[in-house]
Amino acid sequence: MICQETRDLINAYVDGELDLVGNLEIEQHLQECSACSQIYRNQQALRAAISGGSLYYRSPANLQKRIQSAVRKSSKSGPAHRTVAWPWAAIAAALVVVIVTAFGLARLQSTPSATPLVTDDPLTQEVIASHVRSLMANHLTDVPSSDQHTVKPWFNGKLDFSPQVEDLAGQGFPLVGGRLDYIDNRPVAALIYGRNKHYINLFIWPVTGERDMATTTATHRGYHVFHWTRSGMTYWAVSDVNSSDLEEFVQLVQGRDTRTASP
Amino acid sequence: MREQDRLAHFEQAALPHLDAAYNLARWLIRNDQDAEDVVQDAYLRAFRFFDGFHGGDSRAWLLAIVRNTCYTWLRQKRAHDVTSPFDEEIHGAAYDTFNPERLALQSADNQLLREALEDLPVEFREVIILRELEGLSYKEIADVGDMPPGTVMSRLARGRKRLQRFLATRMSKEL
Repeated sequence: MICQETRDLINAYVDGELDLVGNLEIEQHLQECSACSQIYRNQQALRAAISGGSLYYRSPANLQKRIQSAVRKSSKSGPAHRTVAWPWAAIAAALVVVIVTAFGLARLQSTPSATPLVTDDPLTQEVIASHVRSLMANHLTDVPSSDQHTVKPWFNGKLDFSPQVEDLAGQGFPLVGGRLDYIDNRPVAALIYGRNKHYINLFIWPVTGERDMATTTATHRGYHVFHWTRSGMTYWAVSDVNSSDLEEFVQLVQGRDTRTASP
Repeated sequence: MREQDRLAHFEQAALPHLDAAYNLARWLIRNDQDAEDVVQDAYLRAFRFFDGFHGGDSRAWLLAIVRNTCYTWLRQKRAHDVTSPFDEEIHGAAYDTFNPERLALQSADNQLLREALEDLPVEFREVIILRELEGLSYKEIADVGDMPPGTVMSRLARGRKRLQRFLATRMSKEL
């Protein structure tokens, strides 16, 4: 092993993050090379100084009590946010709120209070999980581009349908890119839009033998989901942006489809 | 889950990590009072999103929320020093004179080390705090900071290099 390799890996070595072979190689080199072994000793000394230097800030004595009482207080007024207290309850009255009990089966509800039911739907879970995974695994996009003319052709040959792709930057939802995803046992298109620091995943795939379905919505674990079916395509929009923003986005997408569908 | 159970579960999962939460926040925010406020805010957020926690490593889960809350606070205060320019010339001149024996003597009062850490840009400071003071593995730091483990390693390497340079420069001045 040469010095450069050793110096690249010396941090992982002092942190005990190398595998057995890596450890042995470094140890052997350190025995032979005084320059590298000096670097190693410096790293060790620095680590020892920091961890042994009483630099740890313990939480102040009253902080736990303060936090407990704040959390309990929010708990008393809290359940609302998970059931009925939608910030856009007024709009929801006008909007027909539909609860999906199973994919393709919708049940009309006059109030949004039963909304959590929707989260039992396995497809809703799958869509949310896919959204979360796309953010966690650093795999948000396969084709990062704000250009709809780059993103749309990218799906050609990867899918058996061609999703509508439109940049909505002018309306505050810039297109970030596209990704191939796998939901409901089939490959689907995922379009990613940005909203401030948040991302919206718009999943699209074709469904056969299903008539148009009005928009349904759910909130689960802080994620908002909107779902609708139109002209043989089913759409799922998922994000942690606030639900009124996501609803605005959904209306833009639906308006877009109306525009493109009209002659 | 009944609200009472949910609250009890949350306290059980999150409160044991209060020191870790405060230590991270205090090092990122660099101020006692604001760090306390940020930690409280982070716990409230964590409670709100507690349904999204499926068991597992509650410390990493909580610290990720604390970190995000800190970054939000830093951005709002425009004290976000991620991109603070670092003068490699000034700090780099005395790299070779870094002397661990002297550091050992000086660490008696910690002041210099504390200054060196506070001087680091926040993205290097956080990985060093999580590694050296919290004892987290690369994988755990990667989870907290939502970054690949390779980034954890390179930030630790660069952060430590900067620390050594800073210390070497300061020590050579005091000679």
